Amino acid sequence: MAIRERLSGNEAVATAMKQINPDVVAAFPITPSTEVPQYFSQFVANGSVDTEFVAVESEHSAMSACVGASAAGARVMTATSANGLALMWEILYIAASSRLPIVMPVINRALSGPINIHNDHSDSMGARDSGWIQLYSEDNQEAYDNIIQAIRIAEHKDVRLPVMVCLDGFIVSHSVENIELLETEKVKEFVGEYDPGLDTLLNPEQPVAMGPLDLPPHYFEHKRQQAEAMKNAKKVILEIAKEFEALTGRKYGLFEEYKMEDAEVAIVVLNSTAGTAKEVVDELREKGVKAGLIKIRVFRPFPVEELRDALKHVKAIAVMDKADSFSAAGGPVFVETRAALYDAETKPVVINYIYGLGGRDVRTNDIMKVYNDLLEIVETGEVKSVYNYLGVRE
Amino acid sequence: MKDNKKVTITTETTWKEITPGGIIYEAGNAHNYKTGEWRSMRPIWNSEKCKQCLLCFPVCPDSSILLEDGKVVGIDYDHCKGCGVCVEACPFKVFDFVKED
Ligand code: SF4
Ligand code: SF4
Repeated sequence: MAIRERLSGNEAVATAMKQINPDVVAAFPITPSTEVPQYFSQFVANGSVDTEFVAVESEHSAMSACVGASAAGARVMTATSANGLALMWEILYIAASSRLPIVMPVINRALSGPINIHNDHSDSMGARDSGWIQLYSEDNQEAYDNIIQAIRIAEHKDVRLPVMVCLDGFIVSHSVENIELLETEKVKEFVGEYDPGLDTLLNPEQPVAMGPLDLPPHYFEHKRQQAEAMKNAKKVILEIAKEFEALTGRKYGLFEEYKMEDAEVAIVVLNSTAGTAKEVVDELREKGVKAGLIKIRVFRPFPVEELRDALKHVKAIAVMDKADSFSAAGGPVFVETRAALYDAETKPVVINYIYGLGGRDVRTNDIMKVYNDLLEIVETGEVKSVYNYLGVRE
Repeated sequence: MKDNKKVTITTETTWKEITPGGIIYEAGNAHNYKTGEWRSMRPIWNSEKCKQCLLCFPVCPDSSILLEDGKVVGIDYDHCKGCGVCVEACPFKVFDFVKED
């Protein structure tokens, strides 16, 4: 029997980590992810896990310690947010290119400056090209479920890449929700014993060196191989989701389609805003409007073909970005979604809304405005503006 | 990465064969890396002029002055990067220092 609990997002994440009982957690506290290492250090202190907890002096060191421990053959986790993630930047690339299956909850928060501790996606979007797999979570339940699946995805022999599990700071991390936990034995059975293989720094049978100099004759081949692992990840993510569904009844894919079968207008969005948007979709559906929603769960690898198939019959689409990429032409999710549709035979209109930066509230009436804009486009055939800001004072 | 075979990575190694993350299985493999490919100047050792004082040998940063039985016998051009330190160090002007073709 699953365990019913009331937990905040951070507690849910820390609980998943407790049940996984990784070998090493190296972490530094930063709002709003502070509670994750805080709860976890309590689990270490009271003996409910036998993890080696490394209290470091910065996030750069946290990720460096994770890289070292993972290279040594340990199952390794950490957690961070915003500027903490930015401080890990250099080492994020090293973790990914060294093919180390580290799992890290990222509690999304705006990047400074100006200093802001509230939620948007500028942190994880900034790390999108670092070679980490990125999973996004709408609520506490998904955050918990994603962490457990992330271990298997990261460690799969065809993947061997680190995974970020993203969830919205405060909105999810500090909100208490009802959640269904797996029994610890079931989590342990699902994630299994970690087998790092022979190529570890602490294997006396086969000494190896890691992190070599890799000049023009070889670097490109390594990047190509890394790209292949990212391609493989899509299939692996789906396989593991199937196993997870068999265990829990909870279904996960590369993205969630909400009332998309006959949708004429749709929003594409990540994380908790999807919950708000579903309310609006329901409201519109009651009025007979064919509205739908796509919530992207897997942003890296980006599900190009699958998204194209899910969206090609829609007449007008709004991609909502909780981060600006300052290209002066649209946010990161917009650019990639629109590119995915380039190969569709019938090309829907795709517009972009930058929204919710620095924790600006996004209410159902904001989302309603987006659907109304889409409906107007469908009706008039006219696109007034492709690149828009939602909820900023004009 | 359980099934990795120990491979010597060369410029022929494809992305499918290369070791994940560039793992190195072989100790001391810097020897296989031909730093001599960078060379633009070549020191030429003239055996008949050499007094075997061995002042050139310890200054070479690439251990490229080849010795046999305590005597200089030539230069390891696979690793000599052409820095010219040996040329400067030789009190008997034994080396010619010429442009690489
Ligand atoms: S040129 Fe430099 S690298 Fe070459 S043999 Fe002389 S000292 Fe060594
Ligand atoms: S320094 Fe000159 S003379 Fe002395 S061993 Fe070297 S080449 Fe010969």
